[in-house]
Amino acid sequence: MIQNKRWLRRSVQSTVLVYFLLLILVPILGIYVQGLSGGWAHFAESILQPIAWDSVLLTIKLAVIATLINTALGTMLAWALVRYRFPGRRLLNSLVDLPFALPTAVGGLMILLLLGPQSWLGSWLAGHNIEIVYQQPAIVLAMIFVTFPFVIRTIQPLLEELDPSEEEASYTLGATRSGTFWRVIFPAMRPGVIGGAMLAFSRALAEFGAVVLVAGNIPGKTLTASVQIYGNVESSNPSGAAAVSVLLLTLSFLVLWSVNLLTERKDAR
Amino acid sequence: MQIEVRNLSKKFGRVSAVDHVNFEIEQGKLIGLLGPSGGGKTTILRMLAGLEKPDAGEILFQGNKVNHLPPQERGIGFVFQNYALFKHMSVFDNIAFGLTVQRKSKSEIRDRVHEMIELIGLQGLENRAPHQLSGGQRQRVAFARALAPSPQLLLLDEPFAAIDAKVRKELRTWLREMISRVGITSIFVTHDQEEAVEVADEIMIINQGRLEQKGTPWQVYKEPLTPFVAGFLGESNLLHNPAHIVGFESAPRPHSEKARVLIRPEAIEVGREHEISNLSAAALGIVRSVQFRGSVWQVEVEVGEHRLLAHRTLEKETLLPGEQVAVLIHSLHLFHDEQSLFLENELKRANTRAI
Amino acid sequence: MKKLNITVTYLVFLLLLIIPLGQVLSSAFSTGFSGFWSALTDPQALHAFLISGILVGAVTALNTLFGVLLAMLLVRETGISRRIRQFLNAVVDLPFAVSPIIGGLMILLLLGPHTALGAFLEDHGVKIVFALPGMILATLFVTFPLMVREVMPVLQEIGTDQEEAAYTLGAGSWRTFWRVTWPSIRWGVLYGVVLTVARALGEFGAVLVVSGNIINKTQSATTLVYQQVENFNFVAANSLAFVLAGFSIVVLMTLEWAKRRKEV
Repeated sequence: MIQNKRWLRRSVQSTVLVYFLLLILVPILGIYVQGLSGGWAHFAESILQPIAWDSVLLTIKLAVIATLINTALGTMLAWALVRYRFPGRRLLNSLVDLPFALPTAVGGLMILLLLGPQSWLGSWLAGHNIEIVYQQPAIVLAMIFVTFPFVIRTIQPLLEELDPSEEEASYTLGATRSGTFWRVIFPAMRPGVIGGAMLAFSRALAEFGAVVLVAGNIPGKTLTASVQIYGNVESSNPSGAAAVSVLLLTLSFLVLWSVNLLTERKDAR
Repeated sequence: MQIEVRNLSKKFGRVSAVDHVNFEIEQGKLIGLLGPSGGGKTTILRMLAGLEKPDAGEILFQGNKVNHLPPQERGIGFVFQNYALFKHMSVFDNIAFGLTVQRKSKSEIRDRVHEMIELIGLQGLENRAPHQLSGGQRQRVAFARALAPSPQLLLLDEPFAAIDAKVRKELRTWLREMISRVGITSIFVTHDQEEAVEVADEIMIINQGRLEQKGTPWQVYKEPLTPFVAGFLGESNLLHNPAHIVGFESAPRPHSEKARVLIRPEAIEVGREHEISNLSAAALGIVRSVQFRGSVWQVEVEVGEHRLLAHRTLEKETLLPGEQVAVLIHSLHLFHDEQSLFLENELKRANTRAI
Repeated sequence: MKKLNITVTYLVFLLLLIIPLGQVLSSAFSTGFSGFWSALTDPQALHAFLISGILVGAVTALNTLFGVLLAMLLVRETGISRRIRQFLNAVVDLPFAVSPIIGGLMILLLLGPHTALGAFLEDHGVKIVFALPGMILATLFVTFPLMVREVMPVLQEIGTDQEEAAYTLGAGSWRTFWRVTWPSIRWGVLYGVVLTVARALGEFGAVLVVSGNIINKTQSATTLVYQQVENFNFVAANSLAFVLAGFSIVVLMTLEWAKRRKEV
């Protein structure tokens, strides 16, 4: 009877592990195998094609810009949502997660509409001869949209946990408001700011749905890596896609890995 | 239930939590496992319950080996340190849980639960959720839940640790009464010597995974087998060097570094010369400090190279710091070479004989 | 400083979320309710919703089952060495770092018609790529961490005390799970379910690559939005987007509610 149960337990556990490894690990290894199957020379060649290489560089550049803007805005917004009481605060707080809940294609469509000729912003921009749709700023905006919650949601709990007496102690010791912010509050927020920024960066690198709708897909100018991979898939060139994927994946893994290192160190402390 | 444990050992990683422990417990006894935190007491208890697997050794209930049995089949009740009440169930459902596992009929369960609730004196609180109870009440529910399925052995892990000091005393007496009324063999873990001495029939002192001594509280106090036990149970003066103690000149002089001399404060008589019962067996000392300790004076006195803490009854006159006094040491324990000796003041004995 | 900060907060929300949502709404109804309704009841749209429904149902069921089981395994199973558990734990997060488009590409490369395995399966009448199974696989890959990451911290937090108490009272592991563990984790599981539903419904990149976006066959609601935008068919695109966005708001509200229950 007990033997029987143990056997059942073992087989359920093995099934779960096999499912897990097959679903997650095997496909990732598959990409690497496929991307590197033609040898290093071939791999380098596929990547160094201007169209591929430029798309990766462009993606990194735009993702960095989006991340920087998002980090600054996210820190401000998290501060306002935690520290200030104002009408509509709770509603806005629940809206933060909306970009996570929305299909990314809908997000892209929303950005498209915001900047398109039908909206007041779009028509105002058009009136001043500024073209944003299908240009780089639109891609940055799409990236900001999908990564919007990351920084806010990683800073918020840290701000809430911050013991008010720490701040009060700083005041009683004669520190000014800004001195207290930079020497007491900001160090507590820093892991959240950095961690949230890294997550936002890795997501911005990977984003496809929102970007594909607002990007003009002109190589070197508005063709991002994920869209370029999609183009390769569409034109039945999966191995070309695999090479760029390997590059993009490795980059994302490095970012994710450093986020994990960072949070581990925080936990250890 | 009669319990026997042979050579029980358990390691966590490289740390030896329990190290070749042997003991036997008679049917119906209430045993206290006493020792410092992290000494392996809880691990022993969890191995008895089947919640932890021993690396080596045997556990026997009524002479039958139970090592292979899971906790479900050992016939035990376990009271957890933080009670571990099922937080989404009412008091009633918590107590009934073990009975529903046994597939008792509804009316049987109801009767038994009401019996238990009456036993713990919480009538009327059946439908409360655990978070609506006070610490002491939760403790009682945990106790009732463990007892409801009529186990043969009750195991309690630091049963009073999470309760505030005032309620704790009350609960101790209550628990002792309950257990003797039910008549179940019980083992509880504690790091509080007062608790162990007050509640247990017998105590087992556990230190660094080893069983140092087992016996009634009085036995263990009176005849400690190791310096650790002597130091852990009750107050004591611990000296490294037995030399120059008046009245113990012919005691063995161990050369080992590990030798220890232990003197209980109540075995030291301090006072002005006319108060001392046997002046010729006493040494001279100087009072360093005097403290009121509720039921006695605690006097710190310097005798030769030693500083000793002694007790002095309250009805005697107060001593003053700096005063010269007579110090009579009635007895001491000497530990060396794995042996323990109980020695009485030989001058005192000689004088008594002379009279 | 405070006033400025609050103003910026409102501005960002307005610009990024509220105005665009309003525009989706106005554009969806720009030809009146009838235009909106006919875009939704178009057979192509209905079929896309059906595909999305099947996708969401299958993915949520599988992901919930395996997610909870894996979380239990990673938190409770002491028989596995710490090293291996740490490794598995790190692997769980990998899909977060993988671009959805790459997630789709992986399945194409492993099971596509040009691969040995894909050809073999096709010969035996099992079509994976450019069909529902592939879309389900791709979405399972993308949603995998959501359930595990919701349940693991809850399991860690409740500890093993209550489960051990149930064992000492004679309960087996099945009963212990349903009577003791489940009531403690169910709100976490619900949270994970809602996240999975939202992500499965919204997943676009991975599904687009694997499905081939074949009208009336493998087209899902999100890939249909994309196609309508590409065809400059904005009324239809926005009508679909409006329904999807409405669904997302329901999801958000459920999450808020579940979060509050989870904390109790």
